[in-house]
Amino acid sequence: MEFHKLTVVELAKLIHRREVMPHEVIIDIFKRIQEVEPKVKAYITLSIDKAYDMAREAENTIFSGKNKLLTGIPIAVKDNICTKGIPTTCASKILYNFYPPYESTVTSKLLAQKYILPGKTNMDEFAMGSSTENSAFQITRNPWDLERVPGGSSGGSAAAVAADECIAALGSDTGGSIRQPASFCGVVGLKPTYGRVSRFGLVAFASSLDQIGPITKCVTDAALLMNVIAGHDSMDSTSAPIEPTDFTEYLGHDVKGLKIGIPKEYFIEGIDKEVEERIQEAIKKLEDLGCIPIEISLPHTEYAVATYYIVATSEASSNLARYDGVKYGLRAPGKDLLEMYMKTRSKGFGAEVKRRIMLGTYCLSAGYYDAYYKKALQVRTLIKNDFEKAFEKVDFIITPTAPSPAFKIGEKIDDPLQMYLSDIFTISINLAGVPAISIPCGFSEKGLPIGLQIIGKPFDEARILQLSYAYEQSTPWHKMKPTL
Amino acid sequence: MQYEAVIGLEVHAQLLTCSKIFCSCSTQFGSEPNTQVCPVCLGMPGVLPVLNKKAVEFTIKTGLAMNCKIAPYSRFARKNYFYPDLPKGYQISQYELPLCEDGYLEITVDGEERKIRIKRIHLEEDAGKNIHDASGYSFVDFNRTGVPLMEIVSEPDIRSPKEAALYMKKLRTILRYLGVCDGNLEQGSLRCDANVSVRPIGSTEFGVKTEIKNINSFRFVEKALEYEIQRQIKAIKNGEQIVQETRLWDAQAGKTFSMRSKEEAHDYRYFPEPDLVPIVIYSDWIEKIKESMPELPDFKIKKFINQYGLPPYDAEILTEEKNIAEWFEEAVKLGGKPKEVANWIMVELLRLINEDGKDIAECTLKPSQLVELIKLIENGTINRNIGKEIFEEMYKTGKAPESIVKEKGLTQISDDSVIIGAIKEVISKNPKEVERFKNGEEKLIGFFVGQVMKITKGKANPKLVNEFVIKILKEE
Repeated sequence: MEFHKLTVVELAKLIHRREVMPHEVIIDIFKRIQEVEPKVKAYITLSIDKAYDMAREAENTIFSGKNKLLTGIPIAVKDNICTKGIPTTCASKILYNFYPPYESTVTSKLLAQKYILPGKTNMDEFAMGSSTENSAFQITRNPWDLERVPGGSSGGSAAAVAADECIAALGSDTGGSIRQPASFCGVVGLKPTYGRVSRFGLVAFASSLDQIGPITKCVTDAALLMNVIAGHDSMDSTSAPIEPTDFTEYLGHDVKGLKIGIPKEYFIEGIDKEVEERIQEAIKKLEDLGCIPIEISLPHTEYAVATYYIVATSEASSNLARYDGVKYGLRAPGKDLLEMYMKTRSKGFGAEVKRRIMLGTYCLSAGYYDAYYKKALQVRTLIKNDFEKAFEKVDFIITPTAPSPAFKIGEKIDDPLQMYLSDIFTISINLAGVPAISIPCGFSEKGLPIGLQIIGKPFDEARILQLSYAYEQSTPWHKMKPTL
Repeated sequence: MQYEAVIGLEVHAQLLTCSKIFCSCSTQFGSEPNTQVCPVCLGMPGVLPVLNKKAVEFTIKTGLAMNCKIAPYSRFARKNYFYPDLPKGYQISQYELPLCEDGYLEITVDGEERKIRIKRIHLEEDAGKNIHDASGYSFVDFNRTGVPLMEIVSEPDIRSPKEAALYMKKLRTILRYLGVCDGNLEQGSLRCDANVSVRPIGSTEFGVKTEIKNINSFRFVEKALEYEIQRQIKAIKNGEQIVQETRLWDAQAGKTFSMRSKEEAHDYRYFPEPDLVPIVIYSDWIEKIKESMPELPDFKIKKFINQYGLPPYDAEILTEEKNIAEWFEEAVKLGGKPKEVANWIMVELLRLINEDGKDIAECTLKPSQLVELIKLIENGTINRNIGKEIFEEMYKTGKAPESIVKEKGLTQISDDSVIIGAIKEVISKNPKEVERFKNGEEKLIGFFVGQVMKITKGKANPKLVNEFVIKILKEE
């Protein structure tokens, strides 16, 4: 049987009923990987031996009757999430040989469930990018069209899920890095509220924006993964000290009367016509389900990209200072300390990472701090206020996830500004710290998936999942698979 | 023209918390390199800091002791610079919104009270240590990385090297009283940087300042400042401009040397630390900390003078260390006369513990034993000189004074016939001295007393010996 095609819910049922054993699942997954990975290139590291060990452990757990929801489920993990003893490279040369001696909180939680890790997925170096082309190791291809990018920076995770090279995956989202690749690859991607999921063990890009979240084949799976990975963590001071939630609580509940806000600033010139059409159709569908569309305004939207690229790069310039060749990772010897620093960082970092470190260093410099960083924090507050105001009127905000479907490999790589604009609809959400999901809402004429973004109130992921589920169950999109 | 110095001190104090500021590694000094480290203090990818509450408490305590305002809302910031001993490439420190601001310390300079204002006290993490090997390799020891460090910054209110030294001593005493820092300059648990400038007396404007680093002993606080002030005055008199720069104190050369100029100064690119939430300090926590604070040296000095009637000199010495002050107070509480107890501590006990390099807390001799000893002297069981002998014995063995007296047969001889017998023996053995005494050399009384004490092995009651010697010699 082709277990790789299954969702978490479907596979968990089979395992629970002991109709299939984890080792059969992982054998099938690796068979699938063998078949399609040469085309897709979603993984940086395949942890084959480890995966079989994990499958055995999962089986022992099943035999002792202590199996949990994710026992025996192969879940791929983005390569910026630390996994003890398994390379965690952030798709960077500077960490090409880094084996973390510790486990991230999210993967610790998955380990407690006895999940199986098939491997670590490709990404833009240090999560900086929107196409996964900034990986130092390989270019991941969109399973729907191998000439196109899978989006980024969690492009490996999204492609692996879409290509059935795993059952589900974890990604991280700093400015759209879960949602935009989910949209490009026709899968579900949830960025939780800032503070909802522990960042311990997530290699920092921009600490005040980064969040880990699930990338899955259906909405229910996203809810199930959230049930495991969310929650307060004493190892992360910025994780919210709130009670755990059952994210599946409202799945299947009626969505009649829910108010959905349509921000006029998001339907602008330059947005791909097909994207706009699919979103309008989705809004119509939600109306049919009983939702009430209301036009709203998020007036500071136009400043989001500028604000984001100041805040994120400033934090990144500091977060990436530790890669200096002294302790771990790449070291390029030099005749003195300064030369070692310069050579190591020149060789170790790719162009985009260097660009952002320079930008961030500049923004924080004496004499420029007030004009850039401080100003950006003020605008960030205004953007946050926009959302607060909007949520006084509506329950959700609906937008496209990205202004276009997946673009071609190489199309934007030499034009950073164009690349930055592909996150235009997702960036504000990170600045505001609110949760948002991307779910499939149809295809372009060329057969490329298009994503619908549903933004919710802080810590209202369960309601986002409720609306997403209602939409998903009344549309065929999530059942579509790319032919590989 | 006469010049005066304007000095401000930046003091770094390592806090005596058991664990580091952002992880649970031990802070113990002197362990094998890199044995007290974990992914968090090594700044490995993806790890996050979690604030040690005790370190905040210690800082608030210090702020309260130095009359500071405690911030209701405080924040950490990143100070960015590259150095191998700084594993994250930034130090988590405080910039805007430090924990404590606007305090002061009072010092007494030549009998005059001086108030030195404290600008701010903030909390940060210590860096590691670079070790340069003879082989040409450099190593880094990260054991110290992440040890909580408190930075206490004074206003430029200090006017002389002597004031600076007094300020440092006062600060150290307070930190030790609070138990927040052991105040060891040589080991580096207390470090001092000084900002120094000079200006013509009467001027209200500041001159160009230099920052002196590496002052790692109390002796050098005065020496380094003295040197730097003279250097600056000389330069100005020669018509030179003082350059704003960082200078290193070289104790061996007895000089300061230029380390880097303002132009080469780092741009630290401070910004709020996004990995830590702001610290909110509620007033009930401050109240609780206040309640846990010990009596501070200024308070104790006044108490020792007013309540116990000690001379100011004694009061100052006895209050320099909290343990000694408490030892004294314990003895007084048990019935020892304050001045008597003070004398024993200052003359005997401090000498003995200084010789051994011990802390009074490690001492087996207890205040109750001193009180018993004083009683034995007062009731005439032993004389004062024997008392000193017993005191040393008690200090060494921790035995009760009475059992030492019994063991060694040190009970004072107050029997008239025994004393008179001894005097007669001395007289008969020293006819020449008797003759000289008769001829008016009255100071020979001391000689006879001494001889009597000698043959009684020091146990004779000196008062009685004195009395009888005079009486018998006069009768001869």
